[in-house]
Amino acid sequence: MSLLPWTIYVSLAGALLSLAAGSRSHSLARWTALLTAAAAWTLTLLAAARFVPGPGLQTLADCPWIPSLGVRYHLAADGISLTLLVLTGLVATAGVLFSWNIEERTGEFFSLFLILVAGVYGVFLSADALLLFAFYEIAIVPKYFLIAIWGSTNREYGAMKLALYSFAGSAAVLAGLLWAYAAGHGGGFGFAELAQAAATLSRHQQIAVFALVFFGFATLAGIFPLHTWAPTGHVAAPTAASMLLAGVVMKLGAYGCLRVALPLSPLGFAFWQPAIAWLAVIGIVYAGLVALRQEDLKFVIGYSSVSHMGFVLLGLAAANAQAVSGAVLQMFSHGVIAGLLFAVVGRMVYDRTHTRMFADLRKIPLHRLLPFAAAVFVVAGMASMGLPGFSGFPAELTILVGAWRAGPQWASVAALGVLVAAAFTLRAIHLSFFASMDGPQPTGGTHPPEQVLSLAPITLAEKAGALLLVGATVLIGLKPDLLLDWINPALQSPLLQAAFKGGAP
Amino acid sequence: MSAFPLLSLVIFVPWIGALLLACLPRLRAPACRVLAMLFSLSTLGLAAAALGLYDRGSTGYQLVEDHAWIGALNVRYHLGLDGLSLVLVLLTAILAPASLVASWRQERDPRAFGLLFLLLQGSALGVFLALNFFHWFIFWELSLIPAYFLIKLWGGPGAARAAYQFVVYTMGGSAFLLLGFAAIFAATGTLDFARLAQLGADGTLAARLASLGGFWPQAVFLGVFLGFAVKVPLFPFHTWLPPAYAEAPTGVSMFLTGVMSKMGVYGFLRVLWPLFPGPLHAAAVPLLWFALGGVVLGAFAAMRQTDLKRMVAYSSVNHVSYCLLALFAVSAATGRSGLTSEAAAAALSGTLLQMFNHGLSAAALFYCIGLLEARAGGRRGIGDFGGVQTAAPVFAGLCGVAMFSSLGLPGLNGFVGEFLIFRGVWGLAPWAAATACLGLLATAIFLLTFWQRVFHGPRAGAAAGDFADAAGLDIAVLGPLVALMLVLGVLPQLMTGLFNPLITSWANHLVLP
Repeated sequence: MSLLPWTIYVSLAGALLSLAAGSRSHSLARWTALLTAAAAWTLTLLAAARFVPGPGLQTLADCPWIPSLGVRYHLAADGISLTLLVLTGLVATAGVLFSWNIEERTGEFFSLFLILVAGVYGVFLSADALLLFAFYEIAIVPKYFLIAIWGSTNREYGAMKLALYSFAGSAAVLAGLLWAYAAGHGGGFGFAELAQAAATLSRHQQIAVFALVFFGFATLAGIFPLHTWAPTGHVAAPTAASMLLAGVVMKLGAYGCLRVALPLSPLGFAFWQPAIAWLAVIGIVYAGLVALRQEDLKFVIGYSSVSHMGFVLLGLAAANAQAVSGAVLQMFSHGVIAGLLFAVVGRMVYDRTHTRMFADLRKIPLHRLLPFAAAVFVVAGMASMGLPGFSGFPAELTILVGAWRAGPQWASVAALGVLVAAAFTLRAIHLSFFASMDGPQPTGGTHPPEQVLSLAPITLAEKAGALLLVGATVLIGLKPDLLLDWINPALQSPLLQAAFKGGAP
Repeated sequence: MSAFPLLSLVIFVPWIGALLLACLPRLRAPACRVLAMLFSLSTLGLAAAALGLYDRGSTGYQLVEDHAWIGALNVRYHLGLDGLSLVLVLLTAILAPASLVASWRQERDPRAFGLLFLLLQGSALGVFLALNFFHWFIFWELSLIPAYFLIKLWGGPGAARAAYQFVVYTMGGSAFLLLGFAAIFAATGTLDFARLAQLGADGTLAARLASLGGFWPQAVFLGVFLGFAVKVPLFPFHTWLPPAYAEAPTGVSMFLTGVMSKMGVYGFLRVLWPLFPGPLHAAAVPLLWFALGGVVLGAFAAMRQTDLKRMVAYSSVNHVSYCLLALFAVSAATGRSGLTSEAAAAALSGTLLQMFNHGLSAAALFYCIGLLEARAGGRRGIGDFGGVQTAAPVFAGLCGVAMFSSLGLPGLNGFVGEFLIFRGVWGLAPWAAATACLGLLATAIFLLTFWQRVFHGPRAGAAAGDFADAAGLDIAVLGPLVALMLVLGVLPQLMTGLFNPLITSWANHLVLP
């Protein structure tokens, strides 16, 4: 377990090294980044192998940071953080593999990428709210540059919108945290201390504090109607950044909601619970319907992310052990699946065809030219639809079970979302890879002229990255116990139990 | 508990074949076909082994495999075989290789075709053998994906739309099914069909769900019901079926109608009826009308078709609806004082027989139409042929048997099932049986019209010129199917013997909790 803080340090060191390496050769920077990401991931796996699940955070490092304010450099982990740390390592490693073709300012690209990853590791390891907030901000800045410099469609707009939403959200979080901190007369920023401090506030104040912190974090998790940054940001970002953004960064928001906001004020949560649940299910269905109408393949995936994060938020809102364990599982699952989908769309398809519009893609017989990409996209689509056998299924099932206990009306609307997801995913699969089958059928051996149709073959790096992610989603789909055995004990911690009691009807 | 995982092998050997095909991209077309066929035939061998080990006197699950799997969700890997599953596994074992033979001349990418087909076959077998919702649902949903691509990539001109409609309809049903099971799990903490059936029988499940109050207990029933009703399909949820069956390539149509439509009926018998005896009883009379709608309107719709493939597709709606008619009649009569368990037993044995028989006859008919279509260069209108009997006497004979079996001529297998259903329903809900006779009449009319226009008279249309008779492959497909129709028509006890004890025990336990 004590290995875990090294994920942050290794990533930061790797960021410096790849920046230095980038001035010598692109390929050196790539390999540095790959080794760094893989090393950090290995550290999480090693820690996971020695992990003994239990309730409450297990401290890894603890020393004063800003003594006058009671801020501590306190790193700790439990089953929930561990799940997300392993996810981060996996997606970061795959992200480097899918960025193998970056030729422009390679060193800087990977350097920013690894700083972002370090910030994410830091958030998942923080046991002090202000420390968490600091890492959270570290993650936002490189995101902006990754999109603004290496992005595509409308990149300045996408990057700016994402940064503004993120900063507005974090401003709300900070305000809420300071309010609670002040109420406790400077008792510190530990989660338990903040909760005690917030409990001294009046009911109305608690409701307001909770709303600031929860909706601040939920903005980054893509809660309806504060989700609009997500599709534009995802679409504008370069492949690896989309993967991290949808795969991990959106989880930061959900993790903040779970780790900081819920325990902060059970009373405030009880007040907001129905509203959050309704917003979550509206987000699930609304984003799914919008995805059904998109003409740009990457926008379909972008909106599908919002829809899937709606399940996470529904699980958090339902606030019982079942639903929250499902929500954490869904965070992992969506991280892997969204990474895979963005990899196929951004790297395998867009980098080769230079278009993502269905109207153009349907002229290209992609399933014949890129059979590997087609197969991966079909598998990822199946996983994204929540088909059983993939990680999305146990996650959505447990969320539905838990949500049903909290309120059958929410579970029922969410089930509609499962249907909409099937519809937009199938539509996307059809229009992107298989639409060229429509119309006049190629009979016998008369293919269209081949020179139009030659695309670069899928590289080894892409195959390796895709197989990593497919393997993860199938493994967790068939053996969700691997993660649930970490997650469930963590939900027994007194802080979370108090939140559940305040929220559950 | 058996040490040897026979049932797992039944399910997974086809998938191993699919994996092999996936790993051998350079395999030549004939080798792909042979490999797919061998793995498809494995089911026949393994099913025969299961038949040999099967104890006909027992009513419980046999060859059970039960292992711990997912602790957090209380999921166990639980497989088992009883009379109901056995009939359907045998049906799959027979129809899957036949469907592959029917696709033998498929030129376009036989490797991918075989791969997807084996996936589909394994999933269907999984549905019939899995006894825990978790992996049962894996098989249930996974079967859609290969079916989607088989229809879409190898189907007719409207295939893309038909495949999309088929999958979205079925998934729509499944979403509600999933929600229903989420609620059931929230109420009981188990997803095991056998355990849930106990809870359903003693009323615990109903009592736990009732604690939700309001409309929610009914909503759970409705969700599970919808999932199965779309799959069967029960009228009025059938609109996806005719385009899907008509656009699919012949071999796939055979498997879809023969095996996949049985998955829905199986769901009704294995899940909905045991888990929700009370709500099903309460809803049985309106549901009887739905089933009658399928029986009567399905047959009349078939009468109005000029496309032969759509005609057989609609007749499938009609035939499968008989199975549900019998089940709903039994459920409607449950708890009534005059209920005779003989009538219930007759109706239920009729249901199981009808599932098997319809599988044989509909698959054979789809094959015949595929043959006509191939000979006529893609045309399959009822007016495109004439006098085929003179041109191709052997083919006419084989197709005739399939047609008359579908029509329910005594001496052929179709008769026995329908007779038992009518006999049972007559004793349970006479008005329903009387109404269903309209369906019988319309079926007779459209099948005889088909027979007369296509096979009789002077040679005309596509049959006017060169029209090769059935040979080689055709006989390999139709021969065994027709032989089974004849044998089971005369000796139905070969089949009923497999499930009689089970039916008797069902009929004797028809009490409402």
